[in-house]
Amino acid sequence: MAELRLEDVNLPLRAFQLELTLAVGATVALVGPSGAGKTSVLRSVAGLARPARGRIGVDGDVWFDAGRVDVPPDRRRVGLVFQEYALFPHLTVRQNVEFGGKRLAGELLERFRISRLAGQRPGKLSGGERQRVALARALAREPQVLLLDEPLSALDAHTKTTVRAELQELLHGLELPVLLVTHDFEDAAALAGQVSVLVDGKLRQSGSPAELVARPADGFVASFTGANLLHGHADGSTRVRLADGTVLAVAEPASGDVVLAVYPWDVTVGVEPPHDSALNVVAGPIRTISELGNRVRVTIGPVSAEITAESLRRLGLRTGQPAFAAFKATGTRVVAVPHSGTVS
Amino acid sequence: MRAFGLITGLAAGVALAFLALPIVAIFAHTSPGHLIHQLSNPVVRDAFVVSLKTTAIAQLLIVLLGTPAAYLLATRRFAGHWLAVTLVELPLVLPPAVAGIGLLAAFGRLGLLGGTLSALGVSLPFTQAAVTVAVAYVASPLYIRQAIAAFEATDPTLADASRTLGAGPARTFFRVVLPLARGGLAAGLALSFARGLGEFGATIMFAGSLQKVTQTLPLAIYAEFDQDFDTALAVSGVLVVVSILMLAGLRLGLSWQSSDSKTSTSLFGLSSSS
Repeated sequence: MAELRLEDVNLPLRAFQLELTLAVGATVALVGPSGAGKTSVLRSVAGLARPARGRIGVDGDVWFDAGRVDVPPDRRRVGLVFQEYALFPHLTVRQNVEFGGKRLAGELLERFRISRLAGQRPGKLSGGERQRVALARALAREPQVLLLDEPLSALDAHTKTTVRAELQELLHGLELPVLLVTHDFEDAAALAGQVSVLVDGKLRQSGSPAELVARPADGFVASFTGANLLHGHADGSTRVRLADGTVLAVAEPASGDVVLAVYPWDVTVGVEPPHDSALNVVAGPIRTISELGNRVRVTIGPVSAEITAESLRRLGLRTGQPAFAAFKATGTRVVAVPHSGTVS
Repeated sequence: MRAFGLITGLAAGVALAFLALPIVAIFAHTSPGHLIHQLSNPVVRDAFVVSLKTTAIAQLLIVLLGTPAAYLLATRRFAGHWLAVTLVELPLVLPPAVAGIGLLAAFGRLGLLGGTLSALGVSLPFTQAAVTVAVAYVASPLYIRQAIAAFEATDPTLADASRTLGAGPARTFFRVVLPLARGGLAAGLALSFARGLGEFGATIMFAGSLQKVTQTLPLAIYAEFDQDFDTALAVSGVLVVVSILMLAGLRLGLSWQSSDSKTSTSLFGLSSSS
């Protein structure tokens, strides 16, 4: 498979500099909060933004080399799927796809199940259909790399699950480097083998979704992957005291002000204190209970636990009721010292 | 509340009656039969031909030069941008007599470019070409302003998408930007055509009022009205009909544009930091 390379790319943005070195072999998800510069990375690769420094290329082709090479967007073979899809409103679905290239258009209309919409204007399509047209159009270009800008954010929650599964299948079958941008860690984990976290124009961490969850480089990555963040103080031992006096055990010794990451699925909830004294326990009234399909988030003090709807009924939990959140010391990770990093 | 309703109703009635009265009066004096009969009057016919020809050529020039100018002003920001926009809009507020004097001072025999032109064997003032120049000068802002607005209203993301799909700047302009802006451009064309057709002040100063050569419909009205008021009325009737047609076309063009642009828009292209 080909490889997209960004080397020392430096692009001045309004609030900060984007600085990035990244190699994209299979599918890489660039995640981060909005305003982190994710879209600017895609625009730089596509030739719609011009970095101040750095090199961008695919295999032997150099698309950009600051001051020397700047191939115009129409001569870079890039398939860019825009956030709101940017379909041409005055052209039919078929004309939109053929705009990218005529050779594969018919085949792509079939493959994306949009042949029956071929004569329609994009204004009449649903969100999922628009996305398929946008993907077909980008692939009709016969690109060397595929760039997806927030491919799922324009969809409602219901459509999103279906489209995500479709996209997953498509990306697995593509023999192309794919760089996709999202602010949702769950989407990134579902679609990409590698996740790179971009904050304020700089890469915080790159790795497989599992690695990011297991060993988040800092508090931001931890909270981004869904962890609870607890602020506390340690004095060189494996014990950390939180602001409310609760003492928690951690796996490795730490000192000074620290941030602990605990994943909701590592936390159990009970109405009685747990018998196992080796467990970390946070006690307090239940602050909120929110159901997400079959899973339920229960928040006790600073900790959210994820339990099944069945457990919720079995325990008979209600908001305001005193309860206990318990988790192992090995699942309590020390991720950052608050003052040393710029956790935003 | 009732008094308020009454007063607004009354004021609106007076205003509308005031605006309608001159139009009604023209047609009260000229029956449709007389109007058509007057079209065979050589003065009217000649003026009609001169008007149509000069306005058509002026429109062609306005579209050919004004469209690229509008596109540039809509899509690029450069030092002196505001100056260029002011220059484009100036003829709109300039008294036509001033425009006429200006054109004479520029292209007249003793004007700025007069020497150059006569060296090339060209004498502009008081020719049909002069009418075209005057019309183009006065009518162009209406088209260019509307065209700038139309180009600014097209989603820049669509042009970006076109580029990444392999279309160069020219193909992007003709296949994406122009079709999306066409309603606004048509509206601008209708406005500037109507303005050009009614041009009087700059034309009479720069081109004179010579039957068959430079006498346009408005100039014919002026020439006829103390000799043959009926003819003047008939010519006016023709212009009223043309103006109403233009306005109808304008409405059509604008609704065309707005029904087309109600589609996907995004801020993608507007912000480089997201």
